[in-house]
Amino acid sequence: MKNTSLNISIENVTKKYDEFYALKDISLDITSGEFMTLLGPSGSGKTTLLMVLAGFTNPDYGSVKFGDEEVILKPPHLRGIGMVFQNYALFPHMTVEQNVGYPQKLRGVSKAEISRTVDEALTTVKLEGLGHRRVDELSGGQRQRVALARAIVFKPKILLMDEPLSALDKKLREEMQIELRQLHDKLNMTTVYVTHDQKEALTMSDRIAVINGGELMQLGSPNEIYEHPQNGFIADFIGESSLLPVKVSKGNVSIGSAKIKVAKPPGKDGDYLLVVRPEKVFLASANKKNDENYFHGELLDSIFQGESQLLVIKLANKLNKEQTLRIRIPNQSVTDKAFPSIGENVTLALKVADSYLVS
Amino acid sequence: MNLISDNVNQKELRRLAAKEGYTFFGLTLPYLVLVIALIAIPVGWLFYLSFIGRDGTLSLENYERMWKSKAYIKIFITTFKISILTTIICAAIGYPLAYFMSQLSKKWANICMVAVLIPFWTSLLVRTYAWLVLLQKKGLVNNILIDAGIISEPLKFVHNTTGTLIGMVHIMLPFLILPLYANMRAIDKDCMKAASSLGATPTRAFWTVFLPLSLPGLLAGLLIVFVLCLGFYVTPAILGGGKVIMAAMKISSNIEMYFNWGAASALGVVLLVVAGIILFIASKLVSVDQLGNR
Repeated sequence: MKNTSLNISIENVTKKYDEFYALKDISLDITSGEFMTLLGPSGSGKTTLLMVLAGFTNPDYGSVKFGDEEVILKPPHLRGIGMVFQNYALFPHMTVEQNVGYPQKLRGVSKAEISRTVDEALTTVKLEGLGHRRVDELSGGQRQRVALARAIVFKPKILLMDEPLSALDKKLREEMQIELRQLHDKLNMTTVYVTHDQKEALTMSDRIAVINGGELMQLGSPNEIYEHPQNGFIADFIGESSLLPVKVSKGNVSIGSAKIKVAKPPGKDGDYLLVVRPEKVFLASANKKNDENYFHGELLDSIFQGESQLLVIKLANKLNKEQTLRIRIPNQSVTDKAFPSIGENVTLALKVADSYLVS
Repeated sequence: MNLISDNVNQKELRRLAAKEGYTFFGLTLPYLVLVIALIAIPVGWLFYLSFIGRDGTLSLENYERMWKSKAYIKIFITTFKISILTTIICAAIGYPLAYFMSQLSKKWANICMVAVLIPFWTSLLVRTYAWLVLLQKKGLVNNILIDAGIISEPLKFVHNTTGTLIGMVHIMLPFLILPLYANMRAIDKDCMKAASSLGATPTRAFWTVFLPLSLPGLLAGLLIVFVLCLGFYVTPAILGGGKVIMAAMKISSNIEMYFNWGAASALGVVLLVVAGIILFIASKLVSVDQLGNR
């Protein structure tokens, strides 16, 4: 059951509350059939943007087009979008079937057709046979599936989701992420997904729009956003990076007194941050290589975390003022190698290709 | 296996639980005594008196009178008519107001709530006489209407059903609004958004989602108002001017004018039983509805 989907184009959308910008001149094109995630911390404006798309919030100015049609003046019930809310927003006085059939009933669909499409939607979300249940008899995960079925039963061209998994426990959430993604690929609806969970965004999206302080900070594929964050905020927000202050002068990059090499030296001199991802740093072997940067420090803590071992290292003072670095070593090698013990001096290596600077 | 008495700390833990039980009992004791002294015993006495005839023997004459005497039948009809009308008018005024308040921000809703509750803090008698002053032949309302040229002769607002209803609606309104507003506040706002995003016009969303979800609160409010109206005395007595006679007034005149405790008690018992039946039916309805709410 593939749908024809619509592209969304957002232009110059701005929303101000008194002196505070909830959305600041946001322009964003979402291609038809794309899974776009709006990612940002709470209060960043991502939900406001979703509400603008849904029609529940009117911006001060700006344009929102579904396909070629301007919808900014249209009330929500005429926009033809499917929407999934954070707390499900199921109708407690209706059964599962009645909930899922609600949008069809509004559209004047015949009883037989309602029953057929409701069954189809419930099957799609793997809830076949639960139609007669009351909403309060369902678990959190099942409620979320009902909410999803209700949002897709009328085959909307656009699906909006507002942190739909945040109320679920971690394991269920991770399962649902994969399922939602598969469902999206199957139904091919243009999907706009709001989350503050960077891992969720990386897992599910075709592209991620990172939003902070009402502004669009970076737009790109999960890989681009992770590997090449455009600024310190994104580098810090996505993944578990350590950010080390570095100085660039005349093309030379230095941390404290030590010189390092970076993948792409910036054109301009000044202060930058070196993004160090915990999984990209490793304990250096005895023979040094030309394509690696080295850091010396003292092991402060070594934490067993199941699939990996987290090491916290205090960098030697000559590099900088006290600065800790976290590195993550996969568990399989724990048994292979002898680990440094706490208090020991260690040397860490980071490949030059992985040494990435942000301003 | 150990014997039960050997289980570690079991005796002490049981004693602790028992002590907790005594504490709770002790805390409820004053209330229990009050209920027995002020409700159970007088109501029992009332029941007893209602079965005593004028000659002091056991008889059913007090109840027989009620469905044989035209005067009593008229009183029951008036009581129910006034109570039902008051309840309906309260709902018609209170529902939109409660809805409006439930959509306001917390701050403004609280201000509105204070406005709703202020009359509560004024004496019932004062409010009723205030209506008498406003509504009488040369009162403020008639004067304004005449000065504005809307009417030429003063309208009769008091000492009739109209006056009684105006006064009773005013006094009963908070009892309807309080439970209804609490219910409406608890309705998930996203439910209305969901309905809207799924294609419901605001009107449709209201009828299919908001109204059904607000029914438990509405029902609770209607019941409180109706049951309170059944036994209402002060306001109908003053604003009805002796022309609108409800059950409570008949009880009073039975005692004060005729010293007929039996007749008064029988009326009281009937009111109590009617109120009891209504509350019982309603408790079934509300609990079924509330299951749907959570």
